Amino acid sequence: MQLSNLLLSFELNQKAVMLATQDLAFSYPQGPELRFPDINCTAGEHWLLLGHSGSGKTTMLQLLAGLRAPSSGKILVADTEINQLPPSQLDVFRGQHIGLVFQQHHFVRALRVWENLAIAQQLAGKPVDRERISALLEQLKIQHKLDARPSQLSVGEQQRLSIARAIVNRPQLILADEPTSALDDQNAEQVLSLLQEQAQAVNATLLIITHDNRLTSKIHQQISL
Amino acid sequence: MNLLRLAWKNMVFRPLNSGLSVLLLALGVGLIALLLLLQKQLNENFDNNLAGVDLIIGAKGSPLQMILSSMYHIDAPTGNVTLQQVRPFLNPEHPLIEEAVPLSLGDNFLGYRIVGATPNILEWYGAELGAGRLYNQNLEAIVGAEVAQVGALELGDQFSSSHGLLADDELAEEHDHDFKLVGVLKPSGTVLDQLILVTNQSYWIMHDDHADHEEGHDHGDHEEHEHADHEEGHDHGDHEGHEHADHEEGHDHGDHEEHEHADHEEGHDHGDHEEHEHADHEEGHDHGDHEGHDHADHEEGHDHGDHEGHDHADHEEGHDHGDHEGHEHADHTGHNHSDAGGPISPADLLEEDPTNELTSVLLRFKGRNYQALNMGRNINENTDLQAATPAIEISRIRDQFSRGEQILRILAVVIIVISGISVFISLFTSLRERRYELALMRSMGAGRSKVFGLILIEGLLLGLIGFVVGIALGHFIMEMVGNSLESSYGYNFSGWQWLREEWLLLLAALGIGFLAAFIPAMQAAETDIADTLTH
Repeated sequence: MQLSNLLLSFELNQKAVMLATQDLAFSYPQGPELRFPDINCTAGEHWLLLGHSGSGKTTMLQLLAGLRAPSSGKILVADTEINQLPPSQLDVFRGQHIGLVFQQHHFVRALRVWENLAIAQQLAGKPVDRERISALLEQLKIQHKLDARPSQLSVGEQQRLSIARAIVNRPQLILADEPTSALDDQNAEQVLSLLQEQAQAVNATLLIITHDNRLTSKIHQQISL
Repeated sequence: MNLLRLAWKNMVFRPLNSGLSVLLLALGVGLIALLLLLQKQLNENFDNNLAGVDLIIGAKGSPLQMILSSMYHIDAPTGNVTLQQVRPFLNPEHPLIEEAVPLSLGDNFLGYRIVGATPNILEWYGAELGAGRLYNQNLEAIVGAEVAQVGALELGDQFSSSHGLLADDELAEEHDHDFKLVGVLKPSGTVLDQLILVTNQSYWIMHDDHADHEEGHDHGDHEEHEHADHEEGHDHGDHEGHEHADHEEGHDHGDHEEHEHADHEEGHDHGDHEEHEHADHEEGHDHGDHEGHDHADHEEGHDHGDHEGHDHADHEEGHDHGDHEGHEHADHTGHNHSDAGGPISPADLLEEDPTNELTSVLLRFKGRNYQALNMGRNINENTDLQAATPAIEISRIRDQFSRGEQILRILAVVIIVISGISVFISLFTSLRERRYELALMRSMGAGRSKVFGLILIEGLLLGLIGFVVGIALGHFIMEMVGNSLESSYGYNFSGWQWLREEWLLLLAALGIGFLAAFIPAMQAAETDIADTLTH
């Protein structure tokens, strides 16, 4: 176990591995066991995780984000085996190193736009950096909605705000769950390029979980389930 | 953005839900605070004015009414009694009575009651002079701090009294004699703050003249409704079985309560008595004179017990008289219409015309022995007087009050419990809407304990705000109620007093918030991020 771990990280370290899995499996109660292919993503790479509905790609995202514990196998994020972390440390680790973009955009509704970014910084255990927040909002062209409530934003603005929230802490890994499936071609392209730009800006590994074939021509490193 | 701020923002984000919880809690807390304040201040006002009075003696009627009128100076007196009837209680030799304060009531100045009393009343209530001196002549007055302030009275000022206990312009009927202000009391927190104290004799002077004055033009009016009183007085005299009866018929002008026109109607002897009164007041009281008029004045200490059965002649015996001449004569002349002399004492009234009237007598016993405790009952059973024990009557009022209060308290507790349920429902339903954002917060690094703490703080915050609003509400209403009580009774009530029990209310409110938030907080902490955010 220790040895294989060491071997794995040695092997991966050569390419500055950011995200790796090994023999990952998960089973829902009373459900069949889901097995996942090993993956190996280095820093700054952009990947697609493809699969049709029911193939378990959302489950894989949950495992990679540490939202579920695998029944076997291991997950390494930035040299940390996250499935071994105690729950409270896992929460903190996720906050600091992993940015999540969900298919539906949820915010803390009682907070204003900028406060939704500030709380992301605080919950990750970092000080509130207002400069970072306004720079990010400016880049994503929602600077003028700084003091608005999230519910007052358009769908496009909400999308951008949730991307901003995912990268505000300069994570090493960005996981996006079906970010484009509900969008038309034009918007889908915009969101994709936004994600790629922002991931690049913080040199994060980007993994997009999707069944949207429009993306396969844009990102060539792909994993199929 | 600490948890407290976040909780606050969540709370104001749902103003209706939070508002309902806060409102209910505030109502409960406010009601309890109001009850506590009211109870405390009523008790204080009762207690501050107990003045160590063991027994009150006055005319037959409601004992509670007598206590309210004679000790608390609210409500009307039960009527008057003649000096003759209460002489034994004023006697300093009485074996059971340590001290007495004779009271005369019936007039007011600006709605503040003018009370004829001997100056020892100050010690009873623990009041002190702030300026000036005690009255030592008739028609001199000292006033309570509030009276001086409201009436803008200064030492040496003259003011005239009005008949009746309330200031009422329509009924106001000013007396001819002016009082001269010789002293102002320091605020004592007792009813004395709202009283004007004069000698008992001042009342007699005022109402003698008053009767004269009215004779000319007001006669018919009073005839009808005074008749009963008149008769009562009559009977009374008969009952006593001595010269007093005749005498009373003739010149009983003293009943300030009832206007006593009886004398004037009867007409006979009127002139004589007028002359006699006149002589008394103008020339100074001469003991010899007094005897000559057959006033049953010089009753002795040893006879106080059989007030009812005694033969008046016995009490005018020579040997008693000697005593009086020896040590009381000086006093007597001193206080009665001349400048010289020391403080007026209840015993001085023994020298006065026994047909004069008093409203009541406050008594302090020497000790609470069997005889003393039975005195009230004996008086009630065997005389035309009424005796009442303040301690008993006051505890009766408190019982009444506390019964009503208990019901309100139960109501308040029910409201508080409902407010707790409201907090619970509010948080619980908000969790349903907020499970996405709670899961989101968890995904951003908030541990379970943080989410648990957030919901708990929201509950505590609702409790705290409910408490603050409730306390403000309670005190505000107390101030309003207090103002209205003050204007009708003159007692001091304030909403701006803080009680130690209010800390307990704070704990209770926070406890309610905690309990109501606990289960929702547990549930929030259990939120499954994966199931909630991805599916």
